Amino acid sequence: MIKDFDNIIIKTVCRILTPFLQIFALYVIAHGHYSPGGGFQGGCILGASFILLVIAYDINAVKKRMTEKLNTALCSLGVIIYAGIGLICLILGANYLDYGILHRILPVDPVKARAMGTLGIEIGVGLTVMSVMVSIFLNIATGGKHEEGEAE
Amino acid sequence: MKLFALIAVIITGAALIYSTFQMPDWGDAGSPANAHVSPRYIEKSIEETATPNIVTAVLADYRGYDTLGETTVIFTAGIVCIMLLRSIKND
Repeated sequence: MIKDFDNIIIKTVCRILTPFLQIFALYVIAHGHYSPGGGFQGGCILGASFILLVIAYDINAVKKRMTEKLNTALCSLGVIIYAGIGLICLILGANYLDYGILHRILPVDPVKARAMGTLGIEIGVGLTVMSVMVSIFLNIATGGKHEEGEAE
Repeated sequence: MKLFALIAVIITGAALIYSTFQMPDWGDAGSPANAHVSPRYIEKSIEETATPNIVTAVLADYRGYDTLGETTVIFTAGIVCIMLLRSIKND
């Protein structure tokens, strides 16, 4: 269903736009403490940048940069980061997801450690949202085949 | 039987509508939702979490367990989508 087509304007604009989109997505994730944003929103923008590549080029352009194995691994890694930070808090002797205790392993005071823990789980959420967006789009757009097909 | 069902629906609907009259006004400062934990979040979130954005502080810190569940829901949706749609041919 996703076919390569030749349109130099679309391809060039998307190629130039993608890095800026991804930088903006990282900004939205990292700046979630101070402005509207966070893991869910930033992950969506990050996933949209890959979907833009699929639409402008073809599926092989994305499969080269983000293989299916890596994508599925990142999907799990996000949840593991989130649950792992909670588990580290548990091991250090506080409640689950009580980030204040992280000051023992981070060189900051307990209040700043809470902000650091928040940032860590936002990164985990962002990774999961990004790879789930890409995975769902590729699976639905190609009918689960993950290869170029004829337009139906 | 149909009459009984109709009466049951009317009674239930009337009870539900009657209960909405006792809900607090929109933006009422004295309502339980605004009087219980919200002042604590608004007053203490900066000194407790060093996060100026209260929404982020509540989402990721005070209600972190809830957000873990949300992330798991998204993860499950992605995995189920792969399980249902992905077709791998072993040539």
